Amino acid sequence: MLRLTNVRKVFNAGTVNEKVALDGVSLTVNDGEFATIIGSNGAGKSTLFNCIGGSFYVDEGSVFLDDRNITYIPEYKRAVEIGRLFQDPMKGTAPHMSIEENLALAYLRASKKTSVFSRITAREREMFRERLALLNMGLEDRLKQPVGLLSGGQRQALTLLMATLVPPKILLLDEHTAALDPATADKVIELTKKIVEENHLACLMITHNMHSALEMGNRTLMMDSGRIVLDISGEERDGLTVDGLLEKFSAGVGKELDNDRILFSKVE
Amino acid sequence: MSSLLSFPVVVSALELGFIYALVALALFLSYSILNIADLSTDGCFTLGCAVGAQVAIMGHPVLALFAAMAAGVCSGFIMASLQTKLGVEPILAGIIVNTGLYTVNLAVMGFSSNLSIFKNETIYSLFKDWLGSDWYRLVVSIIIVVIVCALLAWFLGTRMGLSIRATGDNEDMVKASSINPGFTVTVGLCISGSMTALSGCLIGHYQKTCDINLGTGMVTIALASLIIGETLVGKHSVFRRIVGVILGSCLYRFAIAIALRLHVPAECLKLVSAVIVAIAIASPYLKQQIAFQKRKLSSASSAKGGDGTC
Repeated sequence: MLRLTNVRKVFNAGTVNEKVALDGVSLTVNDGEFATIIGSNGAGKSTLFNCIGGSFYVDEGSVFLDDRNITYIPEYKRAVEIGRLFQDPMKGTAPHMSIEENLALAYLRASKKTSVFSRITAREREMFRERLALLNMGLEDRLKQPVGLLSGGQRQALTLLMATLVPPKILLLDEHTAALDPATADKVIELTKKIVEENHLACLMITHNMHSALEMGNRTLMMDSGRIVLDISGEERDGLTVDGLLEKFSAGVGKELDNDRILFSKVE
Repeated sequence: MSSLLSFPVVVSALELGFIYALVALALFLSYSILNIADLSTDGCFTLGCAVGAQVAIMGHPVLALFAAMAAGVCSGFIMASLQTKLGVEPILAGIIVNTGLYTVNLAVMGFSSNLSIFKNETIYSLFKDWLGSDWYRLVVSIIIVVIVCALLAWFLGTRMGLSIRATGDNEDMVKASSINPGFTVTVGLCISGSMTALSGCLIGHYQKTCDINLGTGMVTIALASLIIGETLVGKHSVFRRIVGVILGSCLYRFAIAIALRLHVPAECLKLVSAVIVAIAIASPYLKQQIAFQKRKLSSASSAKGGDGTC
């Protein structure tokens, strides 16, 4: 379970460029909860992820993971329990290392039973092969090839597999399909659904696609100017259409939406 | 060719090739894998030689190897701490450590610029009676290098080794995957320092002397070996790359041996080294350019009437 209390983050404080990126955000995400997050550019979505993941520390407020205060824990220590995917498929894998070595690293770093001198065994190599086969991309026969040879979609699918090989406590997906072509994006989205459901993960997903924001997961958050302006789940969310969501947004923010500013895609 | 390379020349080129391969392996770890240009290599090499010579003079030729490696670890640790704890740029950290090591090396050598171990047992002389006077230096060098290579290849497949490789390959990924880049850089530089110092120690025992300027230019020589190896073998599995580094180091020594046989004066050897390094580093780019020019020419000639001007 993830809990944020009154988190505030200001960039360039005290200058003319001061920007309040997060303005007192409180949020609880339970295990098994899959929340999608929408909002225009600059609403604070990625800043929220950076605060949870530890890329930078918050100015005010606290971050809890399973009731443990992780506000001042450095990024690399949090990463044992927080899986993260970025928009850029190049960010999640080491290009000059083979598929097998990338998976080995992901597995060995997160598995509790290993020491610094652990190597992967034949059984684990077989497990990698099985998990890769589930991606349906033919990667299981390319274990020894460097990851740099894979396409963006393949790399992102591999990153997703790496982040969940040993299930984390929470998975943060920051527009992880935005750089992929539509067909590959659909495939990665399907994989995401499957992996999150199978492992019963808590998951937050940023998207600019209103359709998948409503279709995926069981909760939707909308952000604007560093605040969470809309938080819907359950029956209220089930019956909602994209137009209904936009209306709710106007009501929540108290201003009309114009397409120039919002950059949401209403279409599929 | 046979007049150029007589039997003793080949053997001594191989001996030196294997000993200097350890510095090239150190750079393989710091430069190729961690992406850090470690300019403290020169000083660290002399440090290993000085420590190894002193311990040998005390009468412990085997312990000398480990003492030298320990000294190399210290040098690597200081270099890494400057970068990770104090935010000094890698290149500057190397220059600073290298400068400081000059004094340290003098101190280790008892503030004399020369140290002779002619009268003492060395790691090589220990095995002279066993292995016969033709082969003992080559055999001892090969055994030590093979042990180091096996350990290195094994280590780079462990969790720690994979983390070090990922640190040099994609720092974004490393930060988001529970690896502390400061720690992996420190471990990597300590190991690379220990290999550099071990190489220095072996050279000291091989030549039976230690000189304060022994390490000058070592980083260039090691880089040449490394790049010759990578150009020949390419970037495949870790094991093949390690073999490539050793191959590169031996080939470099052959090039120097040939230069000497062609009566290039010894004072000019550093220039010869620099030329070999420049050719080795430029060759992959030149190969690409030549292929491109060929393609351009053939397409220009196949397009009839095109006179090549715009």
